[in-house]
Amino acid sequence: MSALLEITDFNVHFALADGDVHAVKNASLTIQEGECLGVVGESGSGKSQLFLAAFGLLAANGRATGSVKYRGEEILGASPERLNTLRGSGVTMIFQDPLTSLTPHLKVGAQITEALMLHRKISRAEAQVRARDMLDYVRIPESARRLRQYPHELSGGMRQRVMIAMATITGPDLIIADEPTTALDVTVQAQILEILRALKNEKQTAIAMVSHDMGVIAGLADRVQVMRHGEIVESGNADEIFYAPKHDYTRLLLAAIPKADETPPPATAIGAPLLAVEELKVSFPVKDKGLFGKTRQLRAVDGISFSLHQGETLGVVGESGCGKSTLARAVLQLLPKSQGRVVWLGRDLDAHADIRKLREEFQIVFQDPLASLDPRMPIGLSIAEPLKALEPHLPRETVRGRARAIMQRVGLDPAWINRYPHELSGGQNQRVGLARAMIVGPKMLVCDEAVSALDVSIQAQIVELIRDLQKETGLALIFISHDLSVVRRLSHRVMVLYLGRVVELAPSAMLYTNPRHPYTRALLSAVLSPDPRAERAKKRELLTGDLPSPLDPRAQLTFLKSRLGEPDYRPKLEQVATGHWVAEHD
Amino acid sequence: MMRYALRRFLGAIPTLFVIITLAFFMMRAAPGGPFDSERRLPPEVERNVKAAYNLDKPLAQQYLIYLGKLAQGDLGPSYKNKDFTVTQLIGTGLPVSARLGLTAMALALLLGSFLGICAALRQNKWQDYSVMSVAMLGITIPTFVTAPILTLVFGIYGITLFGHDLSLPVGGWNGGAWRNMILPVIVLALPQTAIVARMMRGSMVEVLRANYIRTARAKGLAVGRIVLSHALRAAALPLVSYLGPALAAILTGSLVVEQIFGLPGIGRYFVQGALNRDYTLVLGVVICYASLIIALNFLADMMVAWLDPRVRLT
Repeated sequence: MSALLEITDFNVHFALADGDVHAVKNASLTIQEGECLGVVGESGSGKSQLFLAAFGLLAANGRATGSVKYRGEEILGASPERLNTLRGSGVTMIFQDPLTSLTPHLKVGAQITEALMLHRKISRAEAQVRARDMLDYVRIPESARRLRQYPHELSGGMRQRVMIAMATITGPDLIIADEPTTALDVTVQAQILEILRALKNEKQTAIAMVSHDMGVIAGLADRVQVMRHGEIVESGNADEIFYAPKHDYTRLLLAAIPKADETPPPATAIGAPLLAVEELKVSFPVKDKGLFGKTRQLRAVDGISFSLHQGETLGVVGESGCGKSTLARAVLQLLPKSQGRVVWLGRDLDAHADIRKLREEFQIVFQDPLASLDPRMPIGLSIAEPLKALEPHLPRETVRGRARAIMQRVGLDPAWINRYPHELSGGQNQRVGLARAMIVGPKMLVCDEAVSALDVSIQAQIVELIRDLQKETGLALIFISHDLSVVRRLSHRVMVLYLGRVVELAPSAMLYTNPRHPYTRALLSAVLSPDPRAERAKKRELLTGDLPSPLDPRAQLTFLKSRLGEPDYRPKLEQVATGHWVAEHD
Repeated sequence: MMRYALRRFLGAIPTLFVIITLAFFMMRAAPGGPFDSERRLPPEVERNVKAAYNLDKPLAQQYLIYLGKLAQGDLGPSYKNKDFTVTQLIGTGLPVSARLGLTAMALALLLGSFLGICAALRQNKWQDYSVMSVAMLGITIPTFVTAPILTLVFGIYGITLFGHDLSLPVGGWNGGAWRNMILPVIVLALPQTAIVARMMRGSMVEVLRANYIRTARAKGLAVGRIVLSHALRAAALPLVSYLGPALAAILTGSLVVEQIFGLPGIGRYFVQGALNRDYTLVLGVVICYASLIIALNFLADMMVAWLDPRVRLT
């Protein structure tokens, strides 16, 4: 019997203004019925283009050659009509970034039923019923109401579930999942992977799982192919690839994943803290819909206290919407706080007349490296700008010299001083961001999801760089991330946030080995490891559904149900061991 | 939504007020007056005429009188077109201009969108290049060139095709007969068609690159279906914002086209009124134009909110 999908000697070229790009080189692969093939590679490795091209979804300037056989039928170069009957019916796709991958002006229900009505020729009413069942299957609550909503009214995890429902409803033989969990929170990622696993096991759907993250495919893939620069460098059974990688690049990818036992020793806190935050609160007014909508306060940060010493790294973890970025911005006075105190070197920041002068002492690095840089400014200027602004008396030559020196230090060629951000890779741009922050010689650096948008191997390099910078300068770090493994690699202490409040704060080693709060446990159990056997066997303590709305005053009591009667009650932090604080829970 | 509409309506009142005030005083700042002519009137006659129109009173008082009348819906008498009130003049001129303008705009929208979509689907192919070069011509050639040329071809020389006489009347309103409207509508619609085609092509090219179009293709939808149900609404957004002001401009008449084809529209009142210092007529036309702009922009915003559910009107 022939394979479900057989791709042989497949090449993809793109004609660009400055020449021809060979995106996929002589790739060959097969997928059997009901099998999951993991395709791993970094961004730009051609792994997505391989599958898009195979099913005729190339951009206009792309050209594909070779052979693509679906159940023995050659489909490369088939007529658009033939491809249209195959796509959405036999082969469906799930894309990264479900917000932009769903049509914004069409209701969820219309988008789900569309392919069904087209390919299976059933009535609208019947399609609606099937769509509801499908939403139930991907565990979206209140499915009937969801069908009438627009994509922007759903959360990120729910949108991705809608994508999965859309791809599954016609009962395809093969689903191509292109980075289906990238940019989702860890707990949501675990839920999505659970659904894909169910599809494979219950409906015997073959899955091509494309990802840059070895951890994502570990628990799902039967076989794995590793791609680099458009070539398949290694392929084999999941266990072979993970436990006995042959190619250097595969080993490199595996090594880049933070290991469980990597935790820096607790820092010795000497003297007075550099930074002390006391009962910090930040709220935003949110207006209700309707004619007489009243304004309510969204408490993004709802009473957070912590301190930070020189040379120490405090990791801040939590899912999107937990207030971690708001916290960082409020601490740095980039956002007005509503209540509480921020004390810097023993002095209340409110007491400083000119906060701008102090900016030399604390700096921040943002998430999206490309979007955070002025696209029309050469990187040299971007790097030198804080220095010029904060020390205007410095002569030009000194500024230039220091810009070159810091570029060298963060691993950028000083000769690139006149390059523009779009000419650099994501990792290089984040080095620019670091150089921009470090040039003024700060005492404290806040990294707000600074490595989240980067490939795993680049991520490891940047983390290494941050750690070296800290060793050299005794920098205090606040390292914010939704990725618990990256935080673990760097942090002396870790603070877990849930809806604007601390639920657990402990030295790294203690938090990761002995988590006390149920939310911390759920987060940790959702972390994926590049260990297929462990992943397959793992029993997860999954949180169900989405985060409750921070507007709901009772949301804080999710883990303290016994106090639900008192909606204004806030769980207190209790010390369970030296330096290990846990919020009250049932 | 009602609250939004109400607020927009109330917000328009001060805007209109400022426009009226500015127009009133700027008109008066211009030298001369409605009754200055080659042959000077005897002083006593002039005094009487001015008194009849309250023009002898202090400017501030005239302004208040005008506002008071305006509040009652009275735009005043025309100083030059004797025996007509401004309301009557606008009332006969505006329907003509509006009918021409709406027809032209509808034609421009349909044809322009169609051409723009075709060009976008054949991006950087000969179809694209030819549509875009013709559109560029349409934008650059002014109406006072296209109008006489079309007049010559269809009116003066006359065209006979397969024994049918295709010649068209080149002037006059004739009670709004459709044959009389063909040439002015075409002349008005040409540049608008070109603009719409270029805008539609630009935004459609952009939208066709969006991730959700890729999703739609992955579902196996045919191109026509993708354009109509997934791309068109998003691609129409920039067009809608442009259409508000453009429609207001074309509805209040195009002086050039109305002059060339001898149509009794409202466009000529602008120029005539201003040249003759026919204060009330100019103010009336300004109010009419400003109200239309405000109303059409409001409609455009509502339309944008309908096209894109993410936009919330607050």
